[in-house]
Amino acid sequence: MSILNLSALALSEKIKAGEIKVTEVARLVLDQIKETEESIHSFVSLVDEDAVMKQAALLQEGIDKGELTSPLAGVPMAIKDNMCTNGIKTTCSSKILENFVPTYSSHAVEELEKAGALLIGKTNMDEFAMGSTTETSAFGITKNPVNIEHVPGGSSGGSAASVAAKQCYFSLGSDTGGSIRLPASYCGIVGMKPTYGTVSRYGLIAYGSSLDQIGPMAKTVADCATVLEVISTYDEKDSTSMKRSDTDFTAALVRDVKGMKIGIPRDYFTEGLQVEVKEAVLKAAEVFRSMGAIVEEFDLSLVEYAIPAYYTIASAEASSNLERFDGIKYGYRTKEYEGLHAMYKKTRSEGFGAEVKRRIMLGSFVLSSGYYDAYYLKALRTKALIKKAFDHAFASYDMILGPVAPTTAPKLGMSLSDPMKMYLGDIYTISANLAGLPAISVPCGFDQAGLPIGLQLTGDCFMEKKIIQAAFSYEQEMIQKEVE
Amino acid sequence: MAKVYETVIGLEVHVELATKTKIFCACSTEFGGSPNSHTCPVCTGMPGSLPVLNKKVLEYAIAVGLATNCDITRYSKFDRKNYFYPDNPQNYQISQLYLPICRDGFVEIETENTSKKIRIHEIHMEEDAGKLIHDEWENCSLVDYNRSGVPLIEIVSEPDMSSAEEVITYLEKLRLIIQYLGASDCKLQEGSMRADVNLSVREVGAKEFGTRTEMKNLNSFKAIARAIEAERARQIELLEEGKEVIQETRRWDDNKEYSYAMRSKEDAMDYRYFPEPDLVPMMISEELLNDIKANQPELRTEKQKRYKEEFDIPEYDIDILTSSKHLADLFEETVAICKAPKKVSNWLMVETLRLMKEEEMEAEDLKFSAENLAKLISLTDEKAINSTVAKEVFQELFHHNIDPVVYVDEKGLRTVNDEGELRRVIEQIVNDNPKSVEDYLGGKEKAIGFLVGQTMKQMKGKANPDLINQFLKEELLKKA
Repeated sequence: MSILNLSALALSEKIKAGEIKVTEVARLVLDQIKETEESIHSFVSLVDEDAVMKQAALLQEGIDKGELTSPLAGVPMAIKDNMCTNGIKTTCSSKILENFVPTYSSHAVEELEKAGALLIGKTNMDEFAMGSTTETSAFGITKNPVNIEHVPGGSSGGSAASVAAKQCYFSLGSDTGGSIRLPASYCGIVGMKPTYGTVSRYGLIAYGSSLDQIGPMAKTVADCATVLEVISTYDEKDSTSMKRSDTDFTAALVRDVKGMKIGIPRDYFTEGLQVEVKEAVLKAAEVFRSMGAIVEEFDLSLVEYAIPAYYTIASAEASSNLERFDGIKYGYRTKEYEGLHAMYKKTRSEGFGAEVKRRIMLGSFVLSSGYYDAYYLKALRTKALIKKAFDHAFASYDMILGPVAPTTAPKLGMSLSDPMKMYLGDIYTISANLAGLPAISVPCGFDQAGLPIGLQLTGDCFMEKKIIQAAFSYEQEMIQKEVE
Repeated sequence: MAKVYETVIGLEVHVELATKTKIFCACSTEFGGSPNSHTCPVCTGMPGSLPVLNKKVLEYAIAVGLATNCDITRYSKFDRKNYFYPDNPQNYQISQLYLPICRDGFVEIETENTSKKIRIHEIHMEEDAGKLIHDEWENCSLVDYNRSGVPLIEIVSEPDMSSAEEVITYLEKLRLIIQYLGASDCKLQEGSMRADVNLSVREVGAKEFGTRTEMKNLNSFKAIARAIEAERARQIELLEEGKEVIQETRRWDDNKEYSYAMRSKEDAMDYRYFPEPDLVPMMISEELLNDIKANQPELRTEKQKRYKEEFDIPEYDIDILTSSKHLADLFEETVAICKAPKKVSNWLMVETLRLMKEEEMEAEDLKFSAENLAKLISLTDEKAINSTVAKEVFQELFHHNIDPVVYVDEKGLRTVNDEGELRRVIEQIVNDNPKSVEDYLGGKEKAIGFLVGQTMKQMKGKANPDLINQFLKEELLKKA
């Protein structure tokens, strides 16, 4: 059990030192999946056992020969099922892609494979990343490994659960409105959304193209920084991919927050925020203060406009992005139909789930002629104003500290009945996507029921290193406190 | 009193750009190829694929904009046009609605001694769709995405034209400009240039425009002219009958010389345009603009001026030679080899144009090479073949681009320069045709023509006509 508890970096050190073989790690992980998967259901599909073992042996060989030197070499990973994996089914947890096998891999997956990480499986998610609970998946719900009566959060719920259930050492998630940070918070792990444009979106099946970012999910801040460093290479196949020379994120794993200016938006601490969450977050702020950071409250403003702006923009883009799923070229096609239009209608009616249809309709509506200016354009203007509000905040602060979500993980089945309430759960995460900012979710305690609470640190564009350094410092401080 | 109507026409012209690769991926744009052989995840709309703009497309679009006096939009964007159809793999077309790359230009056209400015509303970039093929045998539809993602520009004019003649003149001018820029070959038959005609009629003097229709599927200048005449007549007839013209899209059937309604304004689609989030906005820098301006190829008027200075050929020839980029290129390349501008011009102006007319071909469809035309000219210069044979060889050159030297040798067409044999034949002919000899000597100079013909026939056409004339006269003098 102790090997499974290790962080990716700690495991990597043992592999490099020859204390454990990649094949042994793979065996442990496969056994752990056998034991836990039935109750958790993190995965939509698992890589065939023999293939995993064979690959593990190859990776061990590469490490032995000194060809694989990355800290991720031989480390088992899981990938959210909206990232294409060459030759491995990629479904977005949707019936409409139930049999889709891509002939190419997403850029992020390619980079991880080059580094020698070992792919175990594709993780469950809300259908097309639309949802905050992983309950909208067409292939069954994922449960929170901390308490299986609760949701793991979403949409990258499978990715979070697989790490929390020790079925792998790290995973990739995608974050359009909080889909990495929220499940990380609910499952008690670390999750990070980088600045828009940092990780190539090539091969990521789009939900809201202008908001989507791939990011790491792992047990520790250091693991997240390591994974992000590997996947944040420039990619000419994505026009929005940025050439950055500051992606040595592990260089920021320094325990020092002295003099850092941290702002806490007063607007975040309003009604609807669970008391235990509020207390845990404010307690974390105290920890920062005690470590030498300057922590102040301030008014961010416009917080309440983020949700309507987000759902307008994301749904508009989604309604267009999802048009290609039409039964013509790949994926699901209805069995019986007469004529092209009936085929489109039946295929899409049967292939998409309720939440996806809701957002396609919403998105189509806000883009319709006569409504475009009133909704879509207004949302874009709101987005620009929100960005401005953050620019203003970052003129005074190095980062913003707040909760990830208003509550801890809800019980299974509680959220979908009230979509508006579910949408409001994204209030603290969404603005980072609208403004393109990097943000990290770090565990900062538990509620009375023992459910994890997440702390969110949001930085200015390209300031990943600052939030990594702060999150790392907090994490180390808390570990030290626990030991003491 | 009968009402007098005028026609108001605006054009939407699609031009396929001559880039080697597609607009948003690295696939080849080459015509033909087995179905779906020029495709990748991007141009087949596979999940997770992303478009990346081919910079050459932007450069061509700007070049066309500059040559048509447009303002170049310095902050330009792509938009998505959403509609479901199987030839459109993403079910949206990446196009430009809000910030097209070029705006507010014009093209000057000359008709009946006057010139007229046709204003250009905008030029935007977009991707072409694939092609649906209905398999009657299997009763199913198949889709070929080889054309999917081929770059297009759409040139939208203002409603500034009033006749088929003006429309054709405008299109010819536009085509010439684009061909000279090398931005497209603009072949209507192959669809690399397509025009949709927006047409309405109104009483002369009326202030408001009439209701317009849009006509599609026009594959030749002739079809465009016929469609305009027919649509004008149809609309006038409706108005004369007291009926209304319905705003609709119509499809022209050039075989039946009739158009039928495809869809009316009521069923017009809502394309739900919005900015394409997968492509970043284009900031057109001063450097890029200057670069494109500096590298703008020689356009027609410049070429005409240069020909006048460089080559000793009539202005009329220059006009015709520069009327097509391909013809002008052929001319220049041939002259570069054989250094005989007048002779090259003659071949192009006379025989080439004659055969083109006979075959109803465009200059762009000419198949023969400059090298081979130069070879033919040097064969005639060397008097290795006579002019009759040369014309025969040219026919072959025109149709099959044969190597004239090889052809002449294989067919044994070289002029026989064996004077002895020619003299023997002439002696024989003169002896066999005493009547003609008598006529000639009696003062009928034309009679010699018959004797020349007989000689040439005997020589199987391979004799040097000058020599025949010379020797014949000598032989005839002997009889005097």
